[in-house]
Amino acid sequence: MKPRIAVHKFSSCDGCQLAFINAGPDLLKLGSLVDILHFAEAGMCDEEAEVEIAFIEGSVSTPHEIERAHKVREKSAMVITLGACATSGGLQALRNLHDQDAWIAGVYASPEYIETLPEARPVSDFIKVDFEVWGCPVNPAQVFAVVRSLLFGAAPSLPEEKVCLECKRRGTVCTLVSKGVACLGPVTKGGCGAICPAIGRDCFACFGPAEAANTGTLANRLHGLGLQPEAVARRFAFINNNAPEFLAEARAWRDSHEPDKSHGRGDSHERADSHERADSHERADSHERGDSHERGDSHERGDSHEPGKSHEQEQQP
Amino acid sequence: MQRRFIPRQGLEPLIRQTLDAGYRLHAPQSTDGAILYRPIHHSGQLPWGLHDHQAPGHYRLLDNGSPRAFAWATGPQALKPLLFRPSEPIWTLDLDSDGRPSFIGAAHTEAPLALLGLRPCDLAALALQDAHFLHGPYPDPAYAARRRGLLTIAVNCSHPAATCFCAATGDGPNAQGGYDLLLDELDDGYLIESGSAVGKTLLDRLDTLPATDMQLEAMATQRASAVRAQQRKLPNAEQLARLPAQHDHPHWAEVAERCLACGNCTAVCPTCFCHAHRETPALDGQSSVHSREWDSCFTSGHSYLHGHVVHTTTRERYRQWLTHKLAGWVEQYGRSGCVGCGRCITWCPVGIDLTVESAALVDANPAQGE
Repeated sequence: MKPRIAVHKFSSCDGCQLAFINAGPDLLKLGSLVDILHFAEAGMCDEEAEVEIAFIEGSVSTPHEIERAHKVREKSAMVITLGACATSGGLQALRNLHDQDAWIAGVYASPEYIETLPEARPVSDFIKVDFEVWGCPVNPAQVFAVVRSLLFGAAPSLPEEKVCLECKRRGTVCTLVSKGVACLGPVTKGGCGAICPAIGRDCFACFGPAEAANTGTLANRLHGLGLQPEAVARRFAFINNNAPEFLAEARAWRDSHEPDKSHGRGDSHERADSHERADSHERADSHERGDSHERGDSHERGDSHEPGKSHEQEQQP
Repeated sequence: MQRRFIPRQGLEPLIRQTLDAGYRLHAPQSTDGAILYRPIHHSGQLPWGLHDHQAPGHYRLLDNGSPRAFAWATGPQALKPLLFRPSEPIWTLDLDSDGRPSFIGAAHTEAPLALLGLRPCDLAALALQDAHFLHGPYPDPAYAARRRGLLTIAVNCSHPAATCFCAATGDGPNAQGGYDLLLDELDDGYLIESGSAVGKTLLDRLDTLPATDMQLEAMATQRASAVRAQQRKLPNAEQLARLPAQHDHPHWAEVAERCLACGNCTAVCPTCFCHAHRETPALDGQSSVHSREWDSCFTSGHSYLHGHVVHTTTRERYRQWLTHKLAGWVEQYGRSGCVGCGRCITWCPVGIDLTVESAALVDANPAQGE
């Protein structure tokens, strides 16, 4: 018997399911290797089918989705999350940081019809997840590599390195170092192929926090590049805002203009600031940055630096 | 060695002769805000008038209107990605209809490579990569194929960056050997000399003039000032030999607090050779491509052994990188793995400086390192 597969959709944009649908010939090949029993977006509907592998796209954000998650777990030998929403809560978990009741009351004429959980949560908060595929959206090559491993009967594994190494292998010039762009690559799990820096942009951490992610030091660096604390917070409070490492950093920088007092890692902030970088070099560059939401901040930011105190002057023997 | 002179426009015939000799010629060009080595067809593609400003975690190219094409120090990469590819297939595995595997090794059929504009630190790094990939008991076929017939046209470094310290490691800024042709860029042209038979053949095909005393004097002055311009120093060999004994030094933890463990330092290092192997099976499971790609001692995979990651913390990973680079290599390859190019300082997103960190670890004042 061919292995049976189900693809379930929870709270999400459907973009990760496209990893299968857009696969072209590989999708046909997959169809000959497995039986796809449930995949609503592709036309197969049997949500309660027993399967060997269940993929879940989307976060758990309603009471009904909690029930569905448990049902998927009961019916599936293996559960794999597909993408940022299912794995960390995704973009919609941003609402966890705000007053949800006030929002619902403000947006909907009849808020009593809105049935939602207080927070959008990752699937693993409710059921055991056997493997997580990160990304917003996922990289189809990674999804198919996982499927292939499982068909071989091998435990799936994906590289744990940071986006920076993918950048360097591509020969991309570091956007942070050469343009002063507020890139999150140094704390972000690779897997995307470093596509954003390759066009001169910053990494938005779609693939979530990397292992050994030193978010505190990178946040200080972004601050030094000209980002106001709120802007630093927004960098982390984005696609994978609910991933614990990013959430902690976002909260620390959002809650206070004096992050050292609330952060509990005050030492590392101060130390990184005093050691590293050439803040004064970057000041002019921050005006050019493409990010419209940060542009206003970068102007004010320059003033808080000591003029002319460049790194070379600090460090030259 | 007879030193000759070619005027500014003499680079064009040099490029033409190299291409006509059948080489794939790469030369420095301004690309995406940095100096990168790219295929070149004419001298107009060189980075004329460009100067670089480098500091820890900082790199900018500036046009200062100079008449020169080589008035800059090292960019993010030079020779390493051309010989030790960032990612390349090693073999392909195919299953026949009976499920029997066959292995097909990757073919290496590229035309010989030539580089114009290599720096003395790049030549020193080349010698170290050769030591690793060619001179051990198992020469690497992929590296060897690309290394064979490599033509190096070096240019002495007249404008070291603030992050450079090749004078301290003894690898620059003026080349001691290892080149086929060597240029010194002056305000009105180039002094050129050959360092090999291949280089001499190429030089003989160019229209050159005898070098004048004034040009030779300008060269000597420029060479000396490039040494004086360097601001950083590495602790000396005797001091660095103390590094392995600093295993439990508290400074490792202090660096680890600042280190992103992103691996940028190792990726831009022209001597780092660590790589990982990856298997990419086709979805139908009937074939697979086995490739190797740049790895870094800052990844968890680098120290993964039988279900166990040996270096779990950034402290251990940074210690591995620095101790191996500055001390372990001496045992393995007869010298330190650092050629003083300063790339790991410039391209570290948070500007960690190995000259400062290594000095702190061996209790040396880097200013007195030599």
